[in-house]
Amino acid sequence: MAILDLANPTRFLALSARLLPWLFAACVVAFAAGLYMTFFVAPDDYQQGATVKIMYLHVPAAWLAMMCYSVMAVSSLGTLIWKHPLADVSAKAAAPIGAAFTLISLITGSLWGKPMWGTYWVWDARLTSVLVLFIMYLGLIALWRTIEDPIRAGKAAAVLTLVGAINLPIIKFSVDWWNTLHQPASVIRMDGPTIHPTILWPLLVMALAFTLLFFVMHLMAMRNEILRRRLRTMQLQAASARVGVATSQAAE
Amino acid sequence: MTDLLALGPHAGFIVACYLVTLGVIGALFAWILADGARLRARLSAMEAQGVTRRSARARKSNAGEAGS
Repeated sequence: MAILDLANPTRFLALSARLLPWLFAACVVAFAAGLYMTFFVAPDDYQQGATVKIMYLHVPAAWLAMMCYSVMAVSSLGTLIWKHPLADVSAKAAAPIGAAFTLISLITGSLWGKPMWGTYWVWDARLTSVLVLFIMYLGLIALWRTIEDPIRAGKAAAVLTLVGAINLPIIKFSVDWWNTLHQPASVIRMDGPTIHPTILWPLLVMALAFTLLFFVMHLMAMRNEILRRRLRTMQLQAASARVGVATSQAAE
Repeated sequence: MTDLLALGPHAGFIVACYLVTLGVIGALFAWILADGARLRARLSAMEAQGVTRRSARARKSNAGEAGS
């Protein structure tokens, strides 16, 4: 089967139904392994103590917040350039999930900041740009709900999503470009991670678990969105049939 | 188990982070499941009223032609 065959929503529904149980099982196994490593294998940090355990939630959530928006940006290209039938379905389904991961990243970062920095919040470049990302997710969700026609809504949201994608490099490089309270990158670096393997491996396993969770929820939300569009089409058909009957009765 | 509970002086912050994450993800997961169930129920109700999608009607008529 060619990858473009998946553009057919019916085929997508069939394939995703077969894929979801396996993805869900892999996600549960990854979370079980990640949480075990977090609480029973990974040592406390020599400076931060046990608060380093917040990192196993905060960092994967922050990565997923950005990855989710990247998925939406690629989907938006699919909507505007290739008019892929599932592209705006994918983008719309991803928005609430991205908002949730961004919210988790903001809250856990704030709760980590208080004992480590002495404050829940500072208006530095990294924290502010992630807050902007969260507001953009909410704005896109609102835009989709404002325009009734899903095709028109998809195009408008795709343009806004691509404009907002400029925030992704700002988030990533904010710690290098500006003097921020937030620490610079310590995993994805040109010269390799600066974290000790005993702490890095649990982090990577938790990141894998969060990524699998994203794919599970994204597939489920995409299936819902396809059903929502089918329901809308059927409701319009039923309404036009009722109008047709009423018009013919009036003519008689 | 002792290691699990030895979260140091900032245990409240650590536990709060895990509870918030569980709550947000749990709420999102529950919303997606409930949304899917509601949509499937409404689609079934529409089909029970005899409303079908164009592709479903085409499949049905093709099957009828193939059978005749």
